[in-house]
Amino acid sequence: MAQAVPANQKWWSGGRSPFNVEYGKLMMWYFLMSDAFTFGAFLISYGTARFSSNSWPDPNHVFSSFPFAGEHALPLVFVSLMTFILIMSSVTMVLAVGAGHANDRKSVVKWMIWTIIGGIAFLSCQAWEWNHLYHQGAWWGQIPTEAGSHFVNADGSKPTTNFSNFFFTITGFHGFHVFSGVVINIIMLIMAYTGVFERRGHYLMIEKAGLYWHFVDLVWVFVFTCFYLF
Amino acid sequence: MAHTDSSHNVHGGHDQHTPPHYPEVTHAEHSFDSKAIWRTFWILLGITCVELIVGMFIAPKFHSLKLMFNILYIFLTAAKAFYIIAEFMHLKHEIKNMIMTIAVPALLFIWFLAAFLWDGNSYRNLRNKFDRHHREQGNEKVAPAPHGTEAQKPGGVH
Repeated sequence: MAQAVPANQKWWSGGRSPFNVEYGKLMMWYFLMSDAFTFGAFLISYGTARFSSNSWPDPNHVFSSFPFAGEHALPLVFVSLMTFILIMSSVTMVLAVGAGHANDRKSVVKWMIWTIIGGIAFLSCQAWEWNHLYHQGAWWGQIPTEAGSHFVNADGSKPTTNFSNFFFTITGFHGFHVFSGVVINIIMLIMAYTGVFERRGHYLMIEKAGLYWHFVDLVWVFVFTCFYLF
Repeated sequence: MAHTDSSHNVHGGHDQHTPPHYPEVTHAEHSFDSKAIWRTFWILLGITCVELIVGMFIAPKFHSLKLMFNILYIFLTAAKAFYIIAEFMHLKHEIKNMIMTIAVPALLFIWFLAAFLWDGNSYRNLRNKFDRHHREQGNEKVAPAPHGTEAQKPGGVH
């Protein structure tokens, strides 16, 4: 349901944005498109490698641990916690954008702080998971192949390093995006707090940072499906 | 909502309730609907819970239906992506020109997926047929299959 616009609106006659969004926001969308194709290329090459293999490690076994709960206790629970954290921080980001529309500096600051906390919580979870897998012997170029390891292929054959290489590369690239999103959000928080946006008269920068942050959430949806569910 | 602001009053929005105006944008103020945001949140959370329940409890019991479950995951993932883009990123509420400039290039992903997964599958078949080392590696088991004893799954999409 697109915006209600007068039927005779002439978008291309000059003097206004033909897409009816501010320049910086449009460019953020185009940047995110290019980033989507980068992530798409990573995930599709993962899919290609997986389709070219006869079998693959079972995510229900690889990702079965939770901090302090040991192995095999809770398959996929930890990653669902991470997903929840990221969706939640997306919501607080939208609320910050909404507060920006109302020029409500205090609420913008409050919701930005919550968004940053969510981002840091997600990164901490990911650090724990990487550390855990590393100590089990999985890393770039390494995967435990002995009998009884969690990484054994679903059909019982030896796993290859394809699994760990793709896992660490793609979740690492995503984690790097989360990290830069947190940095951007901290800069936005400082600018909102010191009243830069208030003096400017609008909070459009928050919207642009918000688009980036939601994109990070969007990519996680696909990473989650491709690595943890399939 | 749909007023046309062609005057060039730059950034006049200092008081609390008047949204600011930008000369190049016709109606910058979207009425912000926090109800819609929370509704989207519950939808996303619900879909994630369904995925997890299926992934943890249901799918491991029906191994031969793995392909069906994967198709289900793809639909649920696409639904989540739609809600994030449409509501959180607000694309649904932009004008049609704007929506199309994002949606049409994204259609390339259809070709992208089909071509490369097809290619991967073909490579697997060729290696199984002609590469003896690869075939033997797949037959050498290091452990009993963790659950079920099904042989190699068709499609490699395990």
